[in-house]
Amino acid sequence: MRLSALHYVVIALLLLVVVLAVGAGLSKDFIARINAATVVFYLLGGLATFCAITVAFSRNILHSAFALMGTLAGVAGLYFMLGADFVGVVQLLVYVGGIMVLILFAVLLTRDITDIKISNLSVSLIGGVPAGLLLLGIMVRVLVGAPFKTTAAIAAPTVGRIGDSLLREYLLPFEVASVILLMALVGGMVIARRAVKEEAGEGVPLPHPGAPHPGREDRHPSSEANT
Amino acid sequence: MTALVSVGLPHYLVVAALLFMAGLITVATRRNAVAILMGVELILNAASLNFVAFSRFVHGGVAGQVFSLFIILLAAAEACIALAIVLSIFRNFKSVDVFNTTTLRE
Repeated sequence: MRLSALHYVVIALLLLVVVLAVGAGLSKDFIARINAATVVFYLLGGLATFCAITVAFSRNILHSAFALMGTLAGVAGLYFMLGADFVGVVQLLVYVGGIMVLILFAVLLTRDITDIKISNLSVSLIGGVPAGLLLLGIMVRVLVGAPFKTTAAIAAPTVGRIGDSLLREYLLPFEVASVILLMALVGGMVIARRAVKEEAGEGVPLPHPGAPHPGREDRHPSSEANT
Repeated sequence: MTALVSVGLPHYLVVAALLFMAGLITVATRRNAVAILMGVELILNAASLNFVAFSRFVHGGVAGQVFSLFIILLAAAEACIALAIVLSIFRNFKSVDVFNTTTLRE
């Protein structure tokens, strides 16, 4: 797998964090602040970011698909670190277990992947990458300096509170969401099924009822002798 | 220096911004329709991570987590429909390159 320039930028930033931490580690106070949560955060955030950039720049679409799985798992780990245990589990189950399998099916069912060179082309990288980096710079500049009032974390098992709020103040969105899921289920089946039926009708004509069955004739010993 | 070590709200927001940027570049520059869908998933994940981070650090309740659950749900529905459309496009055009599929009919 070829690494792109942005990969090296992320690796360099992570190394910079490590070097700065080691360099500032001469003061005992700084060492005392580094705990396991910080290390785990940088590992998970680095994994998610690295894999996301692989999704954006890899030449092979299978690499992109598996890197997306790494990003989703990293974000699930960040959810756990944020105390959102239920959301993290749902992310692992639905995204990594469901949506990723769907995406892999779509990748493998489309024929172009046999040719690696054209499976995952990019256009206008010269315009797209600087625009993305500019947007990133603006967002980071705004976010880091913004004065947010932080509060204390809530207790870790959030399943009960999420269930309460789903059935009280978010009852209507909850029901609408179930209708949307049903619509997506039926709609996906209808869209994919119609295409299958058309292709089958065009490609393989049904045999006439009077005509002899081709498969049964082939198995006959006398027709085998002819071939 | 202590800002780098004591992980707080801005760290999560920066990670979400990086994911958003990668997703935006993917959507803007890819030619394969499935790869564009992956970019959409990245953008949705960035938004979801922002919701959970603000819920943890600013709001203090579970409202952001509920919104994040709805985002995951909508992403599942979107992936289902979009991949069915991609398969249908592939059967009609024999290609998932969005540059080849510029007409609404064959």
